[in-house]
Amino acid sequence: MSTSTAPAVAGAALPHPYLVVSRRVDTDDTVTLELTNDVEPLPAFAPGQFAMLTAFGVGEVPISLSGLPSPADGPARRLTHTLRAVGAVTRALYAAAPGAAIGVRGPFGTSWDVGSAAGHDVVIVAGGIGLAPVRPVLQAVLAERSRYGDVVLLVGARTPADLLYTDELLRWGAADVQVGVTVDRPSDDWTGHVGVVPALIPNARFDPARSVAFVCGPEVMMRFTARALLDRGLPASRLRVSLERNMRCGVGWCGHCQLGPLLLCRDGPVIDYARAAPLMELREL
Amino acid sequence: MTGEVLTRVMNLPFFAGLTAEHLRQLCEEGRAATYRPGERIFAEDGAADRFWLIDTGSVALDLRVPGRGDQIIETLVARSVLGWSWLHPPYRWQFGAVARERLDAIAFDAAAVRNRCDADPAFGYAMLRLFTPVITERLHATRLRLLDLYATSAQVGRP
Repeated sequence: MSTSTAPAVAGAALPHPYLVVSRRVDTDDTVTLELTNDVEPLPAFAPGQFAMLTAFGVGEVPISLSGLPSPADGPARRLTHTLRAVGAVTRALYAAAPGAAIGVRGPFGTSWDVGSAAGHDVVIVAGGIGLAPVRPVLQAVLAERSRYGDVVLLVGARTPADLLYTDELLRWGAADVQVGVTVDRPSDDWTGHVGVVPALIPNARFDPARSVAFVCGPEVMMRFTARALLDRGLPASRLRVSLERNMRCGVGWCGHCQLGPLLLCRDGPVIDYARAAPLMELREL
Repeated sequence: MTGEVLTRVMNLPFFAGLTAEHLRQLCEEGRAATYRPGERIFAEDGAADRFWLIDTGSVALDLRVPGRGDQIIETLVARSVLGWSWLHPPYRWQFGAVARERLDAIAFDAAAVRNRCDADPAFGYAMLRLFTPVITERLHATRLRLLDLYATSAQVGRP
């Protein structure tokens, strides 16, 4: 279902130096960085795949691709990554200004395989920072809009201030995408929906019999979202989730990201729900 | 009026578990209702004398918090049921409800439905089976939000 285009093993352990060419502050603790290496760019990343980003002298973290490269970039293949400052490494990356050097390894893992949804309705459900890895799915669909049926984007966030890409949410809503946004904790001036994101699924307009769903967020949110989608009649084989564990090497050597029989850096992060469900419901592995 | 209400609700999945006779009896207690955007449908601690099936539009459930005004705690959308405080004593609303946009709904007379439940246990059991999933769904959603799933470690415990 999803595909892997891991880099050659020999080079997989060496970070390539990339320069930060733009930095957009999305929320108080989240930024989107655009990175480029004009000399020796890494192979192209597909939506769903991740990179290991190095803050030199601090450490390395796995961060998913959060934007499609622009054709105008040519071979330089700009990388777009959205990251949240939650630890020492991500705080250092969050602070990286244009011109700063960041190490990049990748591309790692499986992709969302967006093209396989052609001819179907597309349902994208994201919770919190989980909107970042599915953003390139929506961008890819919109780039070839006529190949897809109805497109639904449902987004959940903790508060309105935690919503990512607010300008794009408005643009997507005006571009033939059903956009539903909900928050757990509204601010006084919030006029939108309040509640959990699975609650938006029953009223979303899509045909479950001819839809493909892409879901990303905290695992509990994905489980409840999956239940709501399955209740609508979507087959589990056309529901994809992105799982995350402690990715380190990126190529299945070290085993840190093992989830049952899977090494998620290699066999994930994107996997079919039919395969993921039994693993997501186990208490311990 | 019963015929009009019946026509509006008979194909809704929510009522799929009712027999045709029970649905007809329920619809005898229903009336079409419309609310303007911003109109309060009921206030916290008011008499829970009705419940609604939302046809179009959405409703904000709120709670008055001293010093913070009416805080929205949940939004209900089309095809949702609004209100279940009418099921149990003391029949008072635990929260308030405001139409977020123009709202078209079917309003059911709660006391009349309760009377039917008391008079006909089979009808009462059917109502219980109809509303229990609504209650459990809301409970599950509330529990999910209690988990504060999207919070970072720095945000946990903060509003």
